[in-house]
Amino acid sequence: MNQYKEIAVNGLWKQNTGVVQLLGLCPTLAVSTSIVNGASLGLATAVVMAFANGAVSPVRKLVPAEIRVAVFILVIASLVTVIDLTIHGFAEPLHKALGIFIPLIVVNCIVLARVESFAAKNTPVPSMFDGFMMGLGLTSVLAILGGIRELVGKGTLLSGIDLALGPQAKGLVMHVIPDYHGFLLAILPPGAFIGLGCLIAARNWAEQRKTNVTPSASGSLKPAH
Amino acid sequence: MTESIFKHSSKTAFTLIAFAFVFTALLAYVFNITKAPIEKSEAEARKALFRQIVPESMHNNDLLKDSISIAPNELLGNKEPIVANRARIDNAPAAVILEAVAPDGYKGNIKLLIAIKFDGSIAGVRVLAHTETPGLGDYIEIAKSNWIKLFDGESLQKTDDRGWAVKKDGGQFDYMAGATITPRAIVKAVHKTLQYYAANKEALFK
Repeated sequence: MNQYKEIAVNGLWKQNTGVVQLLGLCPTLAVSTSIVNGASLGLATAVVMAFANGAVSPVRKLVPAEIRVAVFILVIASLVTVIDLTIHGFAEPLHKALGIFIPLIVVNCIVLARVESFAAKNTPVPSMFDGFMMGLGLTSVLAILGGIRELVGKGTLLSGIDLALGPQAKGLVMHVIPDYHGFLLAILPPGAFIGLGCLIAARNWAEQRKTNVTPSASGSLKPAH
Repeated sequence: MTESIFKHSSKTAFTLIAFAFVFTALLAYVFNITKAPIEKSEAEARKALFRQIVPESMHNNDLLKDSISIAPNELLGNKEPIVANRARIDNAPAAVILEAVAPDGYKGNIKLLIAIKFDGSIAGVRVLAHTETPGLGDYIEIAKSNWIKLFDGESLQKTDDRGWAVKKDGGQFDYMAGATITPRAIVKAVHKTLQYYAANKEALFK
């Protein structure tokens, strides 16, 4: 059980892909224009990572070292295509909103990185868990960054939720700041860089404070989100 | 030595082939089971878009099925053949839905969907795809503002050639400060599409 807890803490906080490893920044920066977009792509990535890790781990001893990257990419690309087709078939508007970024999960280096550094060395169940937790870590960053950009840029939260959950979910959209005229910078790419910078700084600050107050507290770290 | 290289490489190659086989099979399976839902949801999305500009009261045929292909045409701005859908009431022509491309947007092509009633007036215009600046030029989307509804009911008869321009250029179409190039491109494209319709009206409903 301890192993799983460590994997979870690593994925969500200690080795968070979005704000610590800084891997896969292309989708992080491009898709985080709203909570819904960010969280949807994050979850799609998490599912791909879980299954990629889960598929590679059982056969890790069968794959010769020379062709392992080719096999890994093959596995990842197939899984991404499966996700792409599924979203296209059952959530068409979401597919439109995420567009090119779903197929681009293939080249998100974080997926290959986890397959190579974790799944290729561990048993299937912890591997799947690791992939999913790393993906959730990325999802949380994408959702928070999306939330900040959406709130500052448009004054709303959860706009576009109907794209993911169907028209009946439209009531969930929150107009936090009524009659807001919008702050374009937050929606455009610079907003993503500034927002991500702030998140990284906030995480570093929180980490620093912890080590200063209780130097041995790393074992009891709780995910902040 | 040579033999061991051969043996080693064929073993490696077969492993790769085995993986390729398994995952290709998986893809083929998923492709098959998602094919129908994908086609259905794409048709649904298209129908929903059509409903916005050609309300159901305006026709009683299946818009998706009643279509013709139009070869690349300068007035429509299309480089590839496009599909035009026709609305009819009891087989009498009611309206046609055309796709047009405005090539001179601020950042490239703006794809439009234009519905023209049989009498030559516009039933509605929607932007299908564009790359205009978010927050400045994107008020052409129906989700952002009602600007695109300015075209409803317009026709070549109602507005003369000089009127088919934004107000800044002496025309009659309003625009929002900060982005003139975008509406200018759309007004021009809609105008040209109406001209296309006037010249090809008979052929379009054949």
